[in-house]
Amino acid sequence: MSFLDDFLIRAALAGIGVAIAAAPLGCFVVWRRMAYFGDAAAHAAVLGVALALMFSTSIFAGVLAVSLLMALAVSSLTAHGQAMDTMLGVMAHSALAIGLVAVSFVQGVRVDLMAYLFGDILAVSKGDLAVIWGGAAAVILLILWRWSALLTATLNPDLASAAGINPRREQLVLTVALALVVAVAIKVVGALLIGALLIIPPAGARHFANTPERMAALAAVIGGLSVALGLWAAFQFDTPTGPTIVSVAAALFVVSGVGGALVKRLG
Amino acid sequence: MKLIELSDLSVRFGAQTILSHVNLTLTPGEIVTIVGPNGSGKSSLLRVIIGALRPSAGSVRRQEGVRIGYVPQKLHIDPTLPMTVRRFLSLPSRVSDKVVGDALEQAGAGHLESHQMADLSGGQFQRVLLARALLSDPQVLILDEATQGLDQPGSAAFYRQIEEVRDRLGCAVVMVSHELHVVMASSDRVICLNGHICCEGAPEHVASAPEYRALFGSGTQGALALYRHEHNHSHDHGCDHDHAHETAQ
Repeated sequence: MSFLDDFLIRAALAGIGVAIAAAPLGCFVVWRRMAYFGDAAAHAAVLGVALALMFSTSIFAGVLAVSLLMALAVSSLTAHGQAMDTMLGVMAHSALAIGLVAVSFVQGVRVDLMAYLFGDILAVSKGDLAVIWGGAAAVILLILWRWSALLTATLNPDLASAAGINPRREQLVLTVALALVVAVAIKVVGALLIGALLIIPPAGARHFANTPERMAALAAVIGGLSVALGLWAAFQFDTPTGPTIVSVAAALFVVSGVGGALVKRLG
Repeated sequence: MKLIELSDLSVRFGAQTILSHVNLTLTPGEIVTIVGPNGSGKSSLLRVIIGALRPSAGSVRRQEGVRIGYVPQKLHIDPTLPMTVRRFLSLPSRVSDKVVGDALEQAGAGHLESHQMADLSGGQFQRVLLARALLSDPQVLILDEATQGLDQPGSAAFYRQIEEVRDRLGCAVVMVSHELHVVMASSDRVICLNGHICCEGAPEHVASAPEYRALFGSGTQGALALYRHEHNHSHDHGCDHDHAHETAQ
C-alpha cells in the first residue's frame, strides 16, 4: 500500500508533472509567437491516438510519433517560405479530421474518444505516471541544457549565428520538446486543451516577471496551482477534470492580470 | 595581417543574384563603410561575414579564432519576453558584472544595467547592442545600419562612440550605412556596393568617383541625395542592370 494507490494523488502528480514541463516550453511558445504551433501538434495527436489503436501500440508512442512528424513538417515548410498560419491551419485540421475518421474504423474496441479529446486525468495509472514524469523530466532537461542557446535564438536568429549558435537547430529542439509535452499531456488535459496548458500560465506569469527565468518559474507555479485547484474543484462540483483545470488557469490569468496592473500603478 | 578575407564571393537566392564576385579584406584597426542603394546586398554581405549566410560561390576565410562583434540593424524584442539589460548581456554565455559594466561604460550606456529592454529609447537600445558586441573584446566589429531610427545628433554621437571604441580596442569596424556624409568622415575606406563592388577606396576618392555619383548623385554634403541616375553606368566590373530614372528633390 503506497500513497500512489490513491487515484487523486496520482492525478495531482501527473498534472503537476505536465504543468512543470509545459511552463518553460510554453514561455518559448509565447515569446516566439507560435501559440498555434502547439495547437497543431495537439490536434495531430488525435491522429496519433487512432493509429496507436489500429496498430495496438501504446498511445504515448503513437501520439509522440505523429506530433513529432507534424511539428517537423511545419518547421521545414515554414523554413521554405510557406505562410506559417495557413500551413498550420491546413495540417492541424486535416490531422484532426483524419484522426476522427480513422478512429471510427477501429473495430472491436469501444473507444471513448472524449477521454482523448478532453483527457482522463482521474484514470492515470502508475504506468502512466511513470511515462508522464519520464517525458516531463526529459523535456525539462532538454530545455535546461539548451536554455541560453534557445533564448538567444528566440531574441534574434542573426545574433545567435554571430555567437556560433545555429537557430535552426534550436528550433528543432523546441519542436521535439513540444511533441513530447503533447504526448505526455494528452492523458491529463486531452488533445483540445494542451495548448491552454502551454499558453495560459506563461501569459499570467508575464505580469510579474522581469527576467525570462522568473517568467518560466512563475509559469510553473501557476500551472501547478491550476492543476491542484482544478482537481479539487472538479471533485467538489463534479465537473469534467481537464476543462476545470484549464478554467482555473484562465481565472488565475485574470487575477494575475488585475494584480499586475495594480502593482504597476502602485509601483 | 588579414582578419577576414572574402574572395570572389557570390550569393544567390533562387534565380536572383544578390552579390557577385565580391572581394574584401579586413585588417585590424580600419573602419570600412559599405554604402549602396536598397537591395544592393549590403546586409547580405554582412551576414556572410558573420556566418549567418552561406555564399553560393567563392570563399570566406576568417583568421583562426577571430572574435566578431555584431550590432544588428534593429532588434525586435517581443514585449512578452521580460529581459533586463544585464540579463540580455549575459546571453548566450554568462558574463561577469565587471565585464558587463566595462562594456556598458564603453558604449556610453553605463546607467542602464537594470532597465527592461522594452523600456529603452532607440538611442539607448543601440548603445546596449553595441555594449553587447563589445563583450567578447572583438577583433572585428560589424554594424548593420546601426543608427536607423536615430536623429542626426543621435547618430553622429553614436558614430563618435564607434571611433572611440576602435581607438581603444584597435578592432576592425565594418559598417553599413545610409547616412553617407556622417559615416564617410570617420571611415578609412568606403566600399560602394550595388550587387558587386562598384568602387572602393578612401572616402574622398569614392565620393568623387563617377560610379558613386551615378548611384547617389553629387550633392551629398547636406541632406541625403534622393537622386537616382539616368544612365546605365558601366565600368570595369560591368554593371548591366537598369537603374531607375527618377529625380526626387
